[in-house]
Amino acid sequence: MKIDLLTSLYVLMLAGFIGFEVIRRVSPLLHTPLMSLTNALDAIAVVGAIILAGEKHEHMATLAKVLGTIAIIAATSNIVGGFIITDRMLRMFKSSGPKKP
Amino acid sequence: MIFSENFIEVTYIIATALFILSLKWLSSPTTARRGVWAGELGMALAICGTLLYQSIVDYKLVFTGLVLGAIIGVPLGRVAMTAVPQRTALSHAFGALCVTLVGTAEFYLRAPDIPPFMMAVLSMEVILGSLTFTGSLMAAGKLQEILPQRPITYKGQNFVNLATLALAIGVAVILVVHPDLVKLFPMLIFIPLVFGVMLIIPIGGADMPTVISLLNSYAGLSAAAMGFVLNSKLLIIAGALDGSSGFILSVIMSKAMNRSFTNVLFGGFGQIQTAAAGEQEAKPVKSATPEEAAAILSAASRVAIVPGYGMAVAQAQHKVRELYDALSKRGIDVRFGIHPVAGRMPGHMNVLLAEADIPYDKLLEMDVINGDFPQTDVALVIGANDVTNPAARNETGSPIYGMPILDVDRARTVMVIKRSMAAGFAGIDNPLYYLDKTLMLFGDAKGFVSNIVRELSGGHG
Repeated sequence: MKIDLLTSLYVLMLAGFIGFEVIRRVSPLLHTPLMSLTNALDAIAVVGAIILAGEKHEHMATLAKVLGTIAIIAATSNIVGGFIITDRMLRMFKSSGPKKP
Repeated sequence: MIFSENFIEVTYIIATALFILSLKWLSSPTTARRGVWAGELGMALAICGTLLYQSIVDYKLVFTGLVLGAIIGVPLGRVAMTAVPQRTALSHAFGALCVTLVGTAEFYLRAPDIPPFMMAVLSMEVILGSLTFTGSLMAAGKLQEILPQRPITYKGQNFVNLATLALAIGVAVILVVHPDLVKLFPMLIFIPLVFGVMLIIPIGGADMPTVISLLNSYAGLSAAAMGFVLNSKLLIIAGALDGSSGFILSVIMSKAMNRSFTNVLFGGFGQIQTAAAGEQEAKPVKSATPEEAAAILSAASRVAIVPGYGMAVAQAQHKVRELYDALSKRGIDVRFGIHPVAGRMPGHMNVLLAEADIPYDKLLEMDVINGDFPQTDVALVIGANDVTNPAARNETGSPIYGMPILDVDRARTVMVIKRSMAAGFAGIDNPLYYLDKTLMLFGDAKGFVSNIVRELSGGHG
């Protein structure tokens, strides 16, 4: 448990640095799609919700299942909606280069 | 069929790599769509991997959740581009809801023996999740104009807010020491829910870009905390990516409004001191008709258009595109100068203009276009005010002094489309309007631009 925790802290630290370096390079042009995309990626929390709703619990089973299912719904709507709108936005960004009449 | 945990972990590792690539490819519009595909693939892998866990027995419930979520998600992905800010706020609320619910269930499943560190991250997850949930709903309500957009402030607001937050943290500390006090746990949800509402009450419309970014950051951090609770590296990484993204955007937004960093972290935004209205003597301004404006524009060789939220409100972006076409056809170089906080969320203006089919290489950041204004014949300001106010540069007494602005006053001629002489969001007079080279074009942005377009096409076929 202790070692797990320590590894997790290392992972958090490294991911923070990677996130900072990668996102710093995103063009301000795309800040809105950036937000909707990270929002969709963040909905990976659905993984936790799936396990919560799908596992067998000895006690508090109803609570776990109800909360887990609502959590799946909330996260999935973010995944689906987030990817759709990000792609819609990015499709609109066109360069003036190739398609000049 | 039994899939080993290792196999599932491998899908998570691949998903993590795809998520990082996804954000990396977003750095340029040419590779950005590939980024979305990478994200989708990673997400699909991670979800499929999770479904293979042998401990999952109740697939009916899981699939019901996934299908219902998809049904809600599709219309949320199809909203109009002008509604993207409130959609984003709403999705922060959904993300936070998911995290809060999972955290709550985990507490009741594990209580009463929860190790101190676990209880600490669980508290963080639930506190951040709950306050982001109501805070984001409030922000969405304000953006959708269901709730009043005016900031509501009262004396001692900051103290009350901080005290509420301190109370929630106090409860968390008690639970860390005595995790068997199960009855206290609902307080850990309820107090931050109230705090989230109170946090957004004093926020006005023009502060929304900062607030949305900050809520984005909170949502990410709560997901990372959830990763600690569930011991999921995938979640920690996704949460950290989202958290740092929101954090960076908050910093960019606060810099663009000349607010300090601590100001953002403690949510101390929204308090714009109503500037001493000053002497209200009517100074003379010069105004022009659409015909005159069209004549000046067609004589120019370089034009810079500065759009603001007023353009979005008037739904004028498609007319602006027609103006762009009409001028480009005459060989006039037209570019757009975008202030970082123009609009209601980071990058909002770029999305609206891209939707109107304006090529993205014509949309320039403030720092890039500012050097070019002295060589620009006409700067056309549409629905922007405070971000063009030269007082921010040279009047030390001005409340917006120090805020980076678009230097439109350095162009040879400035034209401002504006409904009336009313002051902007910050309630400050704009000296730009009284300059000798400034022409005020009074009217509705959409109507005025289409009149200019008509003049331009009528004059030369």
